[in-house]
Amino acid sequence: MSGKIVPTFTLAFTLNGGPVRVETSPGRRVLDLLREDLGLTAAKEGCGSGECGACAILVDGAAKLSCLMLAVQLEGREVVTAEGLGTAENPHPIQAAFVENGAVQCGYCTPGMTIATAEFLAHTPDPDRGQVREAISGNLCRCTGYVKIVDAVLAAAKAAPGESS
Amino acid sequence: MKPSSPNQPDFSFRHADTLSKAVGAERYSTDFTPPGCLWAGAKRAGVPHARITAVHVGEALAVDGVKTVLTGADVPGSNLQGIVHKDQPVLAVDTVRHAGDAVALVLAESREALAEALSRIRLEYEPLPGVFEPELALAAEAPLVHPGREGGNLLARGLVDKGDARAAMRGCDVVVEGEFETPMQEHVFLEPPNGTARLTATNGLETVVSTQAPFRDRFEIAHALGLDPMRIRVRAPYLGGGFGGKDGATVQCLLALAALHAGGRWVKMVWSREETFLAGYKRHAARVRIRLGASSSGALQALDSVMYFDSGPYAHLGVEIMALGLEHAGGPYMIPHTRAEGFCVYTNNPVGGAFRGFGVVQASFALERSLDALAARLGMDPAELRLMNALRTGEANCAGVAMESPTGVRECLEAVMAHPVWAGRHTWKEAAPPFKRRGVGIAASCNAMGYGRGLPDAAAAKLELTRTGTFRIFNSVADMGQGNAAAFVQLAASALNQDSSLFEVVQPDTRLCPPAGSSSASRTTYTFGNALLRACEAMREKLKARAALALLVDEPSRLRLAPGVVADEATGRSIPLALLGNMLQRDDRICVDQYVMPVVENPPDTGKAFRLGFPHRFFSHGACVCALEADELTGQVELVECVTAVECGRVLSARGVEQQVHGAAAQGAGLVLMENLAHQDGRILAGDLSTYLIPTSRDLPDLEWLAVDGDEPTGPHGVKGMGEVGIHGPAPAVAQALEDAVGLSINRIPVDPMDVLRALRSNKA
Ligand code: FES
Ligand code: FES
Repeated sequence: MSGKIVPTFTLAFTLNGGPVRVETSPGRRVLDLLREDLGLTAAKEGCGSGECGACAILVDGAAKLSCLMLAVQLEGREVVTAEGLGTAENPHPIQAAFVENGAVQCGYCTPGMTIATAEFLAHTPDPDRGQVREAISGNLCRCTGYVKIVDAVLAAAKAAPGESS
Repeated sequence: MKPSSPNQPDFSFRHADTLSKAVGAERYSTDFTPPGCLWAGAKRAGVPHARITAVHVGEALAVDGVKTVLTGADVPGSNLQGIVHKDQPVLAVDTVRHAGDAVALVLAESREALAEALSRIRLEYEPLPGVFEPELALAAEAPLVHPGREGGNLLARGLVDKGDARAAMRGCDVVVEGEFETPMQEHVFLEPPNGTARLTATNGLETVVSTQAPFRDRFEIAHALGLDPMRIRVRAPYLGGGFGGKDGATVQCLLALAALHAGGRWVKMVWSREETFLAGYKRHAARVRIRLGASSSGALQALDSVMYFDSGPYAHLGVEIMALGLEHAGGPYMIPHTRAEGFCVYTNNPVGGAFRGFGVVQASFALERSLDALAARLGMDPAELRLMNALRTGEANCAGVAMESPTGVRECLEAVMAHPVWAGRHTWKEAAPPFKRRGVGIAASCNAMGYGRGLPDAAAAKLELTRTGTFRIFNSVADMGQGNAAAFVQLAASALNQDSSLFEVVQPDTRLCPPAGSSSASRTTYTFGNALLRACEAMREKLKARAALALLVDEPSRLRLAPGVVADEATGRSIPLALLGNMLQRDDRICVDQYVMPVVENPPDTGKAFRLGFPHRFFSHGACVCALEADELTGQVELVECVTAVECGRVLSARGVEQQVHGAAAQGAGLVLMENLAHQDGRILAGDLSTYLIPTSRDLPDLEWLAVDGDEPTGPHGVKGMGEVGIHGPAPAVAQALEDAVGLSINRIPVDPMDVLRALRSNKA
């Protein structure tokens, strides 16, 4: 359909715990693949150039910016989006902490923030405020001034010691 | 009603809507990508001022997957957008007036094809000399942005004149004088402008847009494209931020134009971040000259100021923004004689528009800096000077409007002065580590609520009892993150004595919801909230009357609403809402009512040349203390504390106010510390998020909020607006703190570390 004939391939990876096989082009942005082809819209586009963190996902447990990744890079990987952390009925402790601490205003940054938090708490289970501020500094939020987000991350660390990813 | 503590769990609806966002289930406008949709995008001018001699679209049309390429000649209707003044083309014809003007519109089958086609459009221009500085633009020989226009580059002049400022100035013991500049500021809402649109089978136009003003959008689209506004449906899901930047057309008209050529298919348009910098609206850059006079005791006597607002090539809300700036020239202070003159000027810079603090940010920085100069001249404490001149209830502000609504500026000042950051500042400063200088500053502010006189600040609210006995609120005012949808549930639940879990909210949809004004001007909760409370009142009376029929009670007034039921305490009998819901037909289950914000009744004759929005009756108040540390080696300034007190009527939801104050203070801190939308000859030099820096979590301290409880008798449960007032504090408070720390007196922002270093060096010399 698009401008040029683009080769497609069958991409196989694990998405939020389940196997996925999808026909796509190797150069498809992972963010578009997730949002438009697979209907998972938690990861957001805020800049498309690696500056805002709204598009963050976990790839093999590490937070990655999906706006900078190409589909081919997901082959065989384990991917978790904010949808895979938890649901409204059964939220992840990090998601619950964001809600309970008032860290969500417009909420556009929140899925990316929770992904960054998940990675961070997995290796820093008992952080102080300064470490939290450092850890989320790649994720922009224009609504909150960050205070409540820092509170939320610390609360999440308390709520689920050692099992945050 | 007791305010909830910020540390208590949130009430359940806010819980539900933020949870849905946190888990990624909430669908923002940008999350609608209908399968098989077309993609639309604009070719931007790239030059600030030129005559278009040719637009070559052949190569773009040849790209596989491109459906069509449209230019200015293809726009039906007036081809003019604008909220009050219609002067901004949807697609430029003949002339481009700023680098972000849209010159052509491409429709393509995929994003890839769209990008390819946009890169293949060739524009031929004959460059025109531009104007990039408002005062120069007013010179007789300046190139004209809109040739042939009466008034030339002067979009509007305004004057607020009370007493005789110039004569009074001559009688003052002390007069200070200064010139101050505030820059353009980018909103950086995280969700870029975007939307989807299609023509329906019955030739209506349906759109889903990230917008602050869905009801007004219909008229703007209709006017620009020659359509019937009543055949346009606009839906506004939760926004990923707005802050004023989504008040007025961004994608709306382009998208609608694209839909007219899409044969009934959905079309999607999403601006990239770079396009948003290039084409989006900015806080107006402004220059303010002030003379401020006082008696030797420090009592303010006279203010004489002139303000220049850089509108860019289009009016947007520039005139109204300038007017609000003039109305706030005297801030929250009692000044007997005031004169504020404003010029809103066309240039070839990016387009100015609404941004939290709407003209007040610019006026407030200049006035607060002048108060600092006055305090220094008088040898007075800057806090005491502000306190002694703080406007009291009943006194007239600089527009001559007597403050009948309680003014809390004094209480706000006292609250921040009692805070350890101010009270303990001397000790803290003395404890500065090596190579650091510390300083503390204070500022006060006020911010009007609502549209002001001359433009009805209205909302209609619709409330439905569902068949199953739950309630549905039809929210007519977009929620851009401030949580108004949840506040409405809280208001209605308490008015109807029901649990908030019984409520659902329909987000703004011009087909389903009755009309309301925009999500802006700190008006949302006040105006729609009042309309909703009236609808609740009607619902309560209706439910009692219908329950009386079922319970065979001849005095409905003795019935009461209790959770889930209408109860008759006299007999102990009750009827469940579910039963009532089932019993009534749909029309009978709906209540609609409206509210219009009251205006100043006998407006003083102080405002000259205003058509709309003057004067205002209601104001929220604030005070702010900032503490900073300047690095002697690098000149870098670190904000260490930022404490803001606001008075915004009664505090219904402490968390809601705290969230707004934090967000506003963070944007104010960004404005003074780092946000620099550098531009030269109409071109933005910092046009993405790697060059235009906004505060990250490492750049801000733990912002603090102090509650000052007030009461606005006309407000829903005593509430006034509070979305904006918190933005004004940091810029002047940081400036004063910098003077305190290193003796640098700044008159423009953001702070330049080189200036800090220079000041330190000259101190030592
Ligand atoms: S969208 Fe990926 S970092 Fe901003
Ligand atoms: S909550 Fe809006 S950007 Fe973070």
